[in-house]
Amino acid sequence: MSAVTDLLQQVVEGLGSGAVYASLALALVLIHRFTGIVNFAQGELAMLSTYVAWQLVASGMPFWLALPVTLAVSFAGGMLVERIVIRPVQGAPELTVVIVTVGLFIFVNALAGLIWSFTVKDFPQPFPDGAIDLSGVRVDWSTLGIIGVVAVVMGLLYLLFQHTSIGLVMRAVACNPSSARLSGIRVGRVLMLGWGLAATVGAVSGVLVAPVLFLEPNMMGGVLIYAFAAATLGGFDSPVGAVVGGLFVGVAETLTGAYVDVIGADLKVGVPLVIILAVLLVRPQGLFGRAAVERA
Amino acid sequence: MSTITAALGTDRARRLRAVLTVLFAGAVAVGAPFYFAPFQVFQLTMVLLYAVALAGLNLLVGFGGQISLGHGAFFAAGAYAAAVMLDRYDTGHLATLPVAAAGCFLLGLGFGVPALRLRGLYLALVTLSFAVFLPPLLKRLEPVTGGSMGLTVDKLQPPAWSGLAEDQWMYFVVLAVTAVALLLARNLLRSRVGRALLAVRDNESAAEVMGVRLSLHKTLAFAWSAMFAGVAGCLYTWVIGFVSPDSFSFVLSITLLAGLVVGGLGSLYGPLLGAAFVMYVPSVSQDLSEAAPGVVFGLLIIAVMFVAPTGLAGLPGRVLGAVARRLPRTAAALDRTPEAESAPDAEPKSRTESGTSATLDPADPAVVDAEPVGAPPRTEKE
Repeated sequence: MSAVTDLLQQVVEGLGSGAVYASLALALVLIHRFTGIVNFAQGELAMLSTYVAWQLVASGMPFWLALPVTLAVSFAGGMLVERIVIRPVQGAPELTVVIVTVGLFIFVNALAGLIWSFTVKDFPQPFPDGAIDLSGVRVDWSTLGIIGVVAVVMGLLYLLFQHTSIGLVMRAVACNPSSARLSGIRVGRVLMLGWGLAATVGAVSGVLVAPVLFLEPNMMGGVLIYAFAAATLGGFDSPVGAVVGGLFVGVAETLTGAYVDVIGADLKVGVPLVIILAVLLVRPQGLFGRAAVERA
Repeated sequence: MSTITAALGTDRARRLRAVLTVLFAGAVAVGAPFYFAPFQVFQLTMVLLYAVALAGLNLLVGFGGQISLGHGAFFAAGAYAAAVMLDRYDTGHLATLPVAAAGCFLLGLGFGVPALRLRGLYLALVTLSFAVFLPPLLKRLEPVTGGSMGLTVDKLQPPAWSGLAEDQWMYFVVLAVTAVALLLARNLLRSRVGRALLAVRDNESAAEVMGVRLSLHKTLAFAWSAMFAGVAGCLYTWVIGFVSPDSFSFVLSITLLAGLVVGGLGSLYGPLLGAAFVMYVPSVSQDLSEAAPGVVFGLLIIAVMFVAPTGLAGLPGRVLGAVARRLPRTAAALDRTPEAESAPDAEPKSRTESGTSATLDPADPAVVDAEPVGAPPRTEKE
């Protein structure tokens, strides 16, 4: 195999994992856009959704039926989390909200361990085995599938936000909650909707990554770090940035793991740290984000 | 007894009471290792060293309003600094303490500079990824750190003249370091730096306009805080005599933050309560199931943030205050507790030292400031 095809091979694999990071980053960005909160529990909520999917499949439901059920459950769960856990601290200082999401992180993680134990579970691979050969570069069906699913999710979100009235309402709330409230929008419900959507998008990332990482309560911890790097790189306010950032982080991770001997497979988790630090030093608002201007 | 109670309102009596409290606490602390079994003394030692780490985290989170999800990493850095020095260079135990402290201070400075240019959120992200990155890094640096097998070093040994058992000697050494650290934290908060920090926490823009150099103070607070964690890590090595990457996983960082929140953010003795929590809750609830500590911690953090943002440390004051408000005015006037009586004239300078008297009257603007993380959701955001 020539060096070029080898490189392309790594890039393709990077795009595959990058798509997963992108979808979790998208969930983070959605919530940040609506509420200004960074939800540290996002990965754990996705992990919980994945367990729901696993439970459904394990009890005999075919995967492609279990998936929509899981997404619906996640949507409802996300709305519930907003209503019960986040609404009471809405408007409180940022520190309070962050600590609450960290508490949620710990709780959900332990809850999954309590219900399903900490032993690793095999998650079914929804996509067929095998690969297609693009002049020497092997592209697994699963990689293609992951990228395809994330693209579909992106497209649906775009349609929802840009071409439906509910999307317009949601953008209004994200843009200016008090004005939106004054023009008769029920901001609380829209925020619930936003959390539900984010939980659904997060669930997609969990279900996609579970066959690769194997299912266990700490599965999403690493993914969350990459998603944070992706969102920081893309800008915490930009959905497009989240996707671009996710793909970039995925490729960067795979390439450094493969080509930089000092890093290797075990230290790849340093890549997001370096990316976050570099972005904060060079362009703190991220590639697609707007610089925040504060008024007291 | 009655004469003491009558005089409690005066400043001098207050000082006397403080001295008596300190003396009593000191006597209990010194007497404890002679009363308890060695294992319990060991547990108390662990509580004390966790309290050092939490006091540092409290500087940052409770008083600085920044958040770190990676203090376990600085704890680990301190522990490894001590272990490597003991293992490779065979220095004495005492020599490791300043090195661990200074090393972690510099490390905190290095991470603080990029992270604190923006809001506290990014510090949480950077520290989180640092905490996740450190264990694999420690495994990789095998020639120095012993890889995933870790390092076994000598524990602190009691000198012959003391006539103490190993656990007792360790307890006293850790007690001394903890006392110095807590005193340092307290004095730091009353200095110029501490007041600047409080100003930054309560309103960043206003503080900046008043001439507080934001990035300098935030970065310094983070560095101090990392230093405390490093000192605690160093003590950990002295007491346990073994370090391995898996002892310092991301869970440790989360547990430290959880302990601090439950113990009481922005309170001076909150870290001690929180440390007891970090030590005892997992060991008690672990008997139920592996997941039980997490469930308890998670629920408690959320509950504390909802109903008692001042944590366990602030709870007596809050309860007392609520009771005092509920009582009819006349009845309240008759049996006012000494604390309730002194609350209105509590000067701002006493805010930090006594959470109890400060939380009694929420109408007092100074009291609202004393709420660490903003208990009543402030609406300034809209």
